[in-house]
Amino acid sequence: MSNFSRRKLIATGLAATAGISAVGVAASLAQKYGLIPPDHGGLYGPGETLTYASLRLLTEHSLAREFSRSQISKRPLANEVGPFTDEFKRFQAGGFADWRLSVDGLVERPMSWSLAELKSHPPHSQITELVCEEGWSYISEWNGVPLSYILDLVGPHPQAKYVVYYSIEPDWWESMDMADAVHPQTFVTYGMNGNDLPVGNGGPLRIRLPRQLGYKSVKFINRITVTDNLKKFGKGLGSVSPEEGYAWYAGI
Amino acid sequence: MSTLASAQEPLEMPASSPTPTLPAPRLAPRHSLLVRFSHWITTLAFFALLLSGAELVVSHPRFYWGETGNVLTEPWIKLPIPSSRNLVPTGYGYVLPDQNGWSRSLHFQPAWLLGITGMLYVISGLATGHFRKSLFPAKSHLSFPHLANVVVHHLRFQRPTEAASYNALQRLTYLAVIFVLFPLMIWTGLAMSPAFDAAIPATVNLLGGRQSARTIHFLISIALVLFVLLHVGLVWLAGFKNRMRAMITGRTDLHGEGK
Repeated sequence: MSNFSRRKLIATGLAATAGISAVGVAASLAQKYGLIPPDHGGLYGPGETLTYASLRLLTEHSLAREFSRSQISKRPLANEVGPFTDEFKRFQAGGFADWRLSVDGLVERPMSWSLAELKSHPPHSQITELVCEEGWSYISEWNGVPLSYILDLVGPHPQAKYVVYYSIEPDWWESMDMADAVHPQTFVTYGMNGNDLPVGNGGPLRIRLPRQLGYKSVKFINRITVTDNLKKFGKGLGSVSPEEGYAWYAGI
Repeated sequence: MSTLASAQEPLEMPASSPTPTLPAPRLAPRHSLLVRFSHWITTLAFFALLLSGAELVVSHPRFYWGETGNVLTEPWIKLPIPSSRNLVPTGYGYVLPDQNGWSRSLHFQPAWLLGITGMLYVISGLATGHFRKSLFPAKSHLSFPHLANVVVHHLRFQRPTEAASYNALQRLTYLAVIFVLFPLMIWTGLAMSPAFDAAIPATVNLLGGRQSARTIHFLISIALVLFVLLHVGLVWLAGFKNRMRAMITGRTDLHGEGK
């Protein structure tokens, strides 16, 4: 009987040690390859980390589904925005002629552009679905400049790991990893279905990140910052979403 | 039957043991550790998924068919409940508080737990012959008269006289839950992920679009809830204590007729 228990104890001990070391090795590998999301702490950290790590590995280069022109939703839903700040209303009154997007942080050449200047870059478009975490969705054509094109202009430092982007509206900012930032479908969007992007859909300028849920596609953006460390921003959780209980990574 | 016979023999005690011989226990082995472990992990994960899933539905209690759907399009199913978003026209004069943040996290973490447990269960179920021995019904039991007989027994609320194995109807139901409903749940769940769809577009395209995937996900969750109600109800009727003991300790009283 004692022999049996001892053998069992040793076996259990070995299994536990192996299990803990495996988790340890996996964690350090994940850290090395940037597979740990900034909001990895807390009760749901393990789930968020598994989701981000596996989808990041699976989807680094894959393209979001694109649709045919006939599949474009007749009426693109403009969900609730505002009430707007006086600053936004001033820009709106001026037809957004003075709206500017600035890029700073870990870049060689910090720059800023007006809407007209952005539109003078080679135009790109994609017909993709905007998916809200609540469950609803619509398809539209999004016109804009790939974020990768803008990053090429400013020249990110080699240690750059994340791109943080801000809405002009208070307490509304997000971030994405470099894999998403240089992805060809990640857009700085100024148009919808060939027209100016309506305010209700995020106009004059909105990020489009079609491989993630709608809340990562921040509306009314006017500033982009390249960084190597998200700890310096807000509460250090990567964006305002985790501060409000939502996941930083919204690929699901 | 050999397991039953051996279980009825007195416990073998070492000759040198000073403890007096215990009376022969009449408990026979019933469920393996693996079955019990995966059963209770699944139970835990299921209720977490159900609670958080219900909460997520409240943020948009409308279901559509096809690729897209929103409050500007006609729903296929419209639940008569209030919503946690004022975007949704529900007819109620109030909006419930937004709980989607933790609900989403409480949906995906148990989904991982359930997925990993399910994988372990299926792999070891194949390796140990659990599916072949305990779940695939014997050919002779698949005849209509036999199945009808089982149904009639159930409808008469007759207590089964033995609990050494599952009857054909139980086997078919469990197989459907394990190999049809759960895989469909995982499939339709993954089909709602924009990132997963980018990697493997067929995941959502084969279902006819993301809104169809969401609707199927919801309908199967209802089927699973009905299964759980039926399952718990039948366990109750068949002898709650004995079957609970079997699923917790792994041993069952074959002569207790379901105390």
